[in-house]
Amino acid sequence: MPTRTTSTGVKVWQLRDRNGQLIRWALWMATAIIFYVSWMKISDQTTWFFVYDAPRVAADIGGRAWPPRWEYITQLGRPIWDTLNIATLGTIFALIMAVPIAFLAARNTSPTFPLPRFVTRILKAMTGRTMTSYNVIRPFALLIIVSSRSINSLIWALLLVSIVGPGVFAGLIAISIRSIGFCAKLLYEAIEEIDENQVEAISATGASGWQVMVYGIVPQILAAFAGIAVFRWDINIRESTVLGLVGAGGIGLQLQSSLNTLAWPQVSLILFVILIAVIIGEWVSAKVRAAII
Amino acid sequence: MLKLEKLTKVYKTGDKALSDVDLEVPKGQVIALIGPSGAGKSTLIRCINRLVDPSSGRAILDGVDITSLSARGLRRARRRMGMIFQEYALVERLSVMENVLSGRLGYVGFWRSFFRKFPQSDIDEAFRLLDRVGLLHMADKRADELSGGQRQRVGIARALIQDPALLLVDEPTASLDPKTSREIMRLIVEMCRERELAAIINIHDVSLAKMFVQRVVGLESGRIIFDGKPEELTPDVLTQIYGEEDWEATIEVVEDEDEEDEEAGGA
Amino acid sequence: MSSVALEDRVGKRWRKPHFITNPMLRWTLLIGGTLYLIAAFASLEVNWPRVYEGLERGWRFIVGFANPDFVSRAIDIREGMIESVIMTVTSTIVGVAISIPVALGAASNIAPLPIYLVCRFIISISRALNEIIVAILFVAIFGFGPLAGFLTLSFATIGFLAKLLAEDIEDMNKSQAEAVRSTGSSWLQWVNFGVQPQVMPRLIGLSIYRLDINFRESAVLGLVGAGGIGATLNTAFDRYEFDTVAAILLLIIITVMALEYISGIIRARVQ
Repeated sequence: MPTRTTSTGVKVWQLRDRNGQLIRWALWMATAIIFYVSWMKISDQTTWFFVYDAPRVAADIGGRAWPPRWEYITQLGRPIWDTLNIATLGTIFALIMAVPIAFLAARNTSPTFPLPRFVTRILKAMTGRTMTSYNVIRPFALLIIVSSRSINSLIWALLLVSIVGPGVFAGLIAISIRSIGFCAKLLYEAIEEIDENQVEAISATGASGWQVMVYGIVPQILAAFAGIAVFRWDINIRESTVLGLVGAGGIGLQLQSSLNTLAWPQVSLILFVILIAVIIGEWVSAKVRAAII
Repeated sequence: MLKLEKLTKVYKTGDKALSDVDLEVPKGQVIALIGPSGAGKSTLIRCINRLVDPSSGRAILDGVDITSLSARGLRRARRRMGMIFQEYALVERLSVMENVLSGRLGYVGFWRSFFRKFPQSDIDEAFRLLDRVGLLHMADKRADELSGGQRQRVGIARALIQDPALLLVDEPTASLDPKTSREIMRLIVEMCRERELAAIINIHDVSLAKMFVQRVVGLESGRIIFDGKPEELTPDVLTQIYGEEDWEATIEVVEDEDEEDEEAGGA
Repeated sequence: MSSVALEDRVGKRWRKPHFITNPMLRWTLLIGGTLYLIAAFASLEVNWPRVYEGLERGWRFIVGFANPDFVSRAIDIREGMIESVIMTVTSTIVGVAISIPVALGAASNIAPLPIYLVCRFIISISRALNEIIVAILFVAIFGFGPLAGFLTLSFATIGFLAKLLAEDIEDMNKSQAEAVRSTGSSWLQWVNFGVQPQVMPRLIGLSIYRLDINFRESAVLGLVGAGGIGATLNTAFDRYEFDTVAAILLLIIITVMALEYISGIIRARVQ
């Protein structure tokens, strides 16, 4: 038990020994210093006059934004419809792409290729492990997943606007690309968790590879798949509301133009509509998930 | 009918699970494969239908060497071998009926099975089997709603609808209570008698094995060290298979066989 | 009895029971879904000549990935990345620090009702608003620069972390916490000894996960003027400098991968 001897010679119990204590302090100090240095950097780049003025500006914007321009809602029908389509069709396309990628990325379903015997021998000599087959495709599948996941849909949208031109189509593709990685990752984790006994039992009946897939694997991951689909759809509703900021269609376009013209009553109305859309999206996805499980 | 010749399995890790196993099972004979866990019982029956690929040796079913078959030939051969599993291995998210019908997968094409359009004869047979194992009323329930004993009955129906010549049974009662265990064992043995099926039953419960079979094979460290009638299982033999222990009690329990014979058959 | 039932079923067709048992509901959903998809596709306006034209640019982007250009805009990229990292770190620290009391307040098994409602309200507001929208508002209020980005990310961190942490506190083992309470400790002592040890590993894991998310988000905040690498990226896109774009995206991907790797190690160690 860690103890410490005080100047008077009495042993005092401590929670941690000396080294542990030191490391702890060092970590705290490091965090504090990093924070301080970073904060100074931010502070340098901030015009503090604006910040002091912020409460007044906020009140000013708030005053202009209220009340929202309700009659503007008549012009929002089409943008809302577009936003919904970007999210829904984007999710569907993403799922179509994500399913094969997930199967290629999951350890238990990704195809392996036998290695030539001499390669096995060389590997054995080098690493001491016996490897008779190697999975060529899995790293590629994982790379697609990571790339898709690391980059925000807004950046994908930016890229696609510059490639296919502004509009709903760019937003749709951007949402799909961003969602592929997310869906494929969750799905391949679900595939790796399946009960192999059930798969074995189907194989033992003399079923073909595709039949094993349909009877042994698919039923086990179907619920997870549906859950992932609505989960991502919910996220995509949120994300598709802002894609218009970079020209990729949907209600974000109206937000952008209202911001540019400083039409604050329209901004507040659009934000209100977005909020409602997000809440409805969350409600629907919660309902669907409850129905599946 | 089934003949194993010098069947050997060495795992990648270097563990020798089976060494030079020779075994012959004639038509209609039910044998119990006993031995401590890790003796290679599971590996042995999985080497027969090649869920595990044997390292060397041959397994011959009705004159066909299974170990040398191509993927297509193997699927064809697997139809002749029904398998029953320890943890039932039903596809839990599918209905009981779908689980039973999955035994016919080797016989129907992909799209028919995909759309669940099995031939009417398969469907009738599935209902008959479900009726025989006493679960007709459960046909459209999902498999995960069933109790352990019920699941194993579905497992048996799934193996039988394959119209097999041989049953490979892996610890059918290990997850069941004693009474259900006997019912399941009795059902398997009765089915084998009715249909003249050969069966290899892995089982670690020696007294249960002795109750139901005519031939016992003892496996220890991947080798067959006993092959004979249940009565020949003396304490010495059991000590050889399992190690030192007082075996008298195990050998004596074999009496009360007939008292609950009715329910399983007549249900 | 059972044989009668068998007679009933043999020779009859068998169909897999439907997932949705109510036929009205099933057909409504099916037809509604199909109609929606048709309408959605019909309203999709794709300017194919423009897409075709853009394919060449798409190809340049893919080629750009093969030989990314880190050099021509090296200074912008470096400044942008440093700013992104700074925003990420500071906002995560501040966000975590604030989300702890909010989480305590939002856990129904610890907090009194009025505090619970207030904290839940904070969480829902933070979660409902998209980061970009918050950033736009903060830029309008506080001016351009990383301060707006920092505030945005801190705000988003609170909603994310406090929600998950509050759920964790609500799920915690009651008997452990009660054992501490029964020693006659004060509320703070109780939280410190009874609650904190149980949720600490999860708190660390979630914080690192959020660090990862904050970095990814910091890469887009620049698009609306809230600092970070996004501004550099935006400029590169505007000039069609796809090799620079590729370089920046690669940096982001590598950083995210590194963060995921590190967070995996740390999470494995604390749990």
